[in-house]
Amino acid sequence: MKNVKILITIRDSDVAPRFDLTTEVLIVETDGNKATNKPRNILLPGPSADELCSLIIKEGVSLVICGGIEEAHYQYLVWKKITVIDKVIGPASEVLQRAMANELGSGAILRNSNREKRR
Amino acid sequence: MKQHDASDFSGFDLPNLLNGLPHGVVLIDNEGRIVTANRIFEAFTGYASDDVRGIGCDFVLRANPDIKKTIFETTFTGQETLSLEGDIINVNRKKAFMRFFVSPLSNQNGTKIGYMVAVEDVTALKERDRQRPGASESKGILGHSPKMQEILDFVPILARTDTTLLVTGETGTGKDLLAEAIHHESKRASYPFIKVNCGALPETLLESELFGHVRGAYTGAHSDKPGMFRLAQGGTLFLTEIGDLPLALQVKLLTVLDDREFFPLGSSKKVQVDVRLITGTNRDLRQMVKDGTFREDLYYRLNVLRAHLPPLRERGDDAPLLLDHFVKLYAGNLGKNIKGFTSEASAELASYAYPGNVRELRNIVEYAVNVCPHEHIGPSHLPTYIQAATSSPPPLPLANRVLDTPRRVDEQSPPAPAAGDTIFAQGSTWTEIEKGQILGALMKTGGNRSLAALELGWGRSTLWRKIKRYGLE
Repeated sequence: MKNVKILITIRDSDVAPRFDLTTEVLIVETDGNKATNKPRNILLPGPSADELCSLIIKEGVSLVICGGIEEAHYQYLVWKKITVIDKVIGPASEVLQRAMANELGSGAILRNSNREKRR
Repeated sequence: MKQHDASDFSGFDLPNLLNGLPHGVVLIDNEGRIVTANRIFEAFTGYASDDVRGIGCDFVLRANPDIKKTIFETTFTGQETLSLEGDIINVNRKKAFMRFFVSPLSNQNGTKIGYMVAVEDVTALKERDRQRPGASESKGILGHSPKMQEILDFVPILARTDTTLLVTGETGTGKDLLAEAIHHESKRASYPFIKVNCGALPETLLESELFGHVRGAYTGAHSDKPGMFRLAQGGTLFLTEIGDLPLALQVKLLTVLDDREFFPLGSSKKVQVDVRLITGTNRDLRQMVKDGTFREDLYYRLNVLRAHLPPLRERGDDAPLLLDHFVKLYAGNLGKNIKGFTSEASAELASYAYPGNVRELRNIVEYAVNVCPHEHIGPSHLPTYIQAATSSPPPLPLANRVLDTPRRVDEQSPPAPAAGDTIFAQGSTWTEIEKGQILGALMKTGGNRSLAALELGWGRSTLWRKIKRYGLE
């Protein structure tokens, strides 16, 4: 199965509400179904959407999961053939599970009880 | 007819009430989790209220600054309404500029149960400000000169803080406009901007005007009066002519600035206020401190931030810009088809010194537009004192002597006399200008005092007296 490198913008243990204000990301390499090595947390020097886009390109990420993202950055990443699932709310670990199970969509709301509501 | 009391309203339909409000509204509990939200809030965020119930409002609102953090981690006491400006990423992935109002909510027992966050979209206002012709025009302040540009660039910085600001400048330079522009750019913009002229009222009335009074505080105080400090709650209070504030009130003002609370006249109950104070004066407060007519501690308290508005004569090409602006304004108001000035009138206006600054310029244009029956305003349509002042050679710039000392010409300055050949650097005092004129006239007439007096339009004895006074013998 195709390898997928996933980047999740995080704040504490949740998906960060805003892409441009993110100061920490979680990068996970998967074989499509499960992580192939230990997830990496990267602390960013400061919040910057442009810097984060550069990091995403440099890391060769193919799926970005985030909260709110501005259209310009969204389109830039899509143009770079990166899938972006935005407006996601919930704990990063559960979001990751859903993403690997191919069950995560834009606007998904996950709670600790594993109860998801999708608009 | 049945009188309704609060209990009749206790059980009414909250969602309907919230949906009737013109802004996005979300109710959050004491942990910052969403309880309910109205339709406008749903439209901003793209999430249905039911779907996000129990989720932290910061994840749903996606705001900068983080509202939840501001409420729970700052010094916000939760007693009053907190106003913030920032942005959100909305459902359409657009950054929308917002004004947030956070108010505490209590139940009937007085226990705090959470907060109401109202969100107003101000993107259109911000966009309009950004696209306004000439970024140098800020809330009615016109000017392209470097000195004005410096001030206008400073406005957003002055608006970002709540620190006390002192605006100085000669009469008619636009101190009030600047104070108002700063208020409108600040997060307090949706609250009142109140202006009080400290020189306009006697001491007792001024105290009551500023701090309010309770009924019976003095003869004639038939009812409670809140006072301007309380009326400006959450907003900005602009005290103009602060140099005229009586000493007794200076003490009280200092106390308010330090403690943010005061006793209204005749009251034993302290009142707390959250007001930004801006003061303005055309007087030299430092000199007043030296003279003992202004308290030194208050001076330092007011002079934390300072903005000095330049007089019109130091604003380069701003005068033609202002003339053009006011002609359009008054011609439009009066429904006249006036396009501008004739070249002669322009020359006369260009050589006039405008001791009353922009206010005087505006009044001149208003007069001219009223009087002028043609498409172009000529010299005969200008006030006669301008023609008189400019019929003799203008005080600036003349011939060949530079007096490079600070210049200060205010409205008390005598009109420019017929002058000799002297050039004056900007910043000369009137004394220096007059000395230069006398020297210029004497040089022109080869030292003949009678001819020099004639040249200057004075009597011989006046010239002799001034020569003696200035030590030019």
